[in-house]
Amino acid sequence: MANHSITITVNGGRERLDVPSNMTLLQLLREKLALTGTKNGCAAGECGACTILMNDEPINSCMVLAVEADGAEIVTVEGLADDGQLTPTQEAFVEHNAVQCGFCTPGVLISAHALLKRNPHPTEDEIKLALVGNLCRCTGYLRIIEAVQTAAENAILSSSKEGDA
Amino acid sequence: MLARPGLPSFDYVRAGALDEVPRLLEEHGEAARLLMGGTDLFVRMRDGFIRPQIVVDVKHLPGMRDILYDEQAGLTIGAAATMNEVARHPDVQAHYPLLAEAANSVASYQLRNRATLGGNLCNGSPAADTAPATLLLEGRIVLYGPNPSTSSGQCGEREVPADEFFLGPGATAIRAGELMTAIRFPVPPAGSAGKYLKLGRNKAGDLAIAGVAVFGFPNGTTPSGYHFRIGLASVAPVPLRAREAEEVLAASPPGEETFALAAEKAMEAAAPIDDVRASAAYRKAMVRALTLRALREVWAQIK
Repeated sequence: MANHSITITVNGGRERLDVPSNMTLLQLLREKLALTGTKNGCAAGECGACTILMNDEPINSCMVLAVEADGAEIVTVEGLADDGQLTPTQEAFVEHNAVQCGFCTPGVLISAHALLKRNPHPTEDEIKLALVGNLCRCTGYLRIIEAVQTAAENAILSSSKEGDA
Repeated sequence: MLARPGLPSFDYVRAGALDEVPRLLEEHGEAARLLMGGTDLFVRMRDGFIRPQIVVDVKHLPGMRDILYDEQAGLTIGAAATMNEVARHPDVQAHYPLLAEAANSVASYQLRNRATLGGNLCNGSPAADTAPATLLLEGRIVLYGPNPSTSSGQCGEREVPADEFFLGPGATAIRAGELMTAIRFPVPPAGSAGKYLKLGRNKAGDLAIAGVAVFGFPNGTTPSGYHFRIGLASVAPVPLRAREAEEVLAASPPGEETFALAAEKAMEAAAPIDDVRASAAYRKAMVRALTLRALREVWAQIK
């Protein structure tokens, strides 16, 4: 099986790696780069535990080959916080106890982050639709939805404060 | 079930030129598979249904992700354009909202960032959500491969109407050595409107138990003054049009009575199976209900 030399940017750092054809991006992140925040759930694009940002868009990293990500910019859950400072979305998840077992949380955070970026003021239905691909088997959906709503509200507050300053 | 992150071994090849693809397909035969979004391919490979030796990535070939609209020629969508790219494209939203709605109904947001329109069609799934819209908007599938009219081994392009594309579960008109490069749609008729109603086990994210698309527009040549097209997914061995229901709608004045009869005919056109998602009897009943609802919605927009 062929090996491929790829260059990718992961959470701001450039990496040059040799990857076999059949390695998924998920495997690359977890097994080569030790970024184990991203989880392996169903390995079929259903559960969303492996959701990451690839070139600013959320994707299921179990459904992408590492070699297909050559040249891409990747952000995993480890890359959301800036120097230990949680994002407003992460803060809201803490505030609402929107984490139970935590297995789905990294993927949910990535999907929520991407949603608020493309739609800063989502309705409840828009939040639900954006999170359709992130299954929580603790069924803690209500608190997750509340946390995303709070994150959106906090973002509005902080941007209006900036406006005042 | 054990976690199964790994894929069986194969060689990944990124196609650099269109002509490489038919050559690779000819050379490797069944051992070669084409890759666009991978959302079906990788699942089947993990489950052991297929075991290709070589996976040829064709999504970077020129034009494969383009979405182009022209007021005369209509819409051309590269086979590897993703569902999200199709659904949010301004020209698709403005002129082909039925297609945008269908693309948006597939799986989840993150999967739609990888899943492609061409992949959805070329897998030949009876449940393909974009198939009814492609049938009703009179899409033409563009295939590139060995040209049978020349003996020199030269490659060429041919177009297959969506109506003739789906041949059975997993079977399409794609011949050995061919790849799908684009889907072309004519300019839609003036005053047209469409609706895709998908019934899944969940409100969103699931495969369809039944999918019904209706497309209608004013038309002076029919006794009713309107033309309606009806497309069905997930209720027969192939996605199909309910022609007898369409004839009812062309012949009789639009309204509840005609719609009820057309919905009955659409139900008769369905030939579903019992499976894990629903029984055949339930699917048939849902085709009738969804057809009626979609007809009312489209009629409200075009009358």
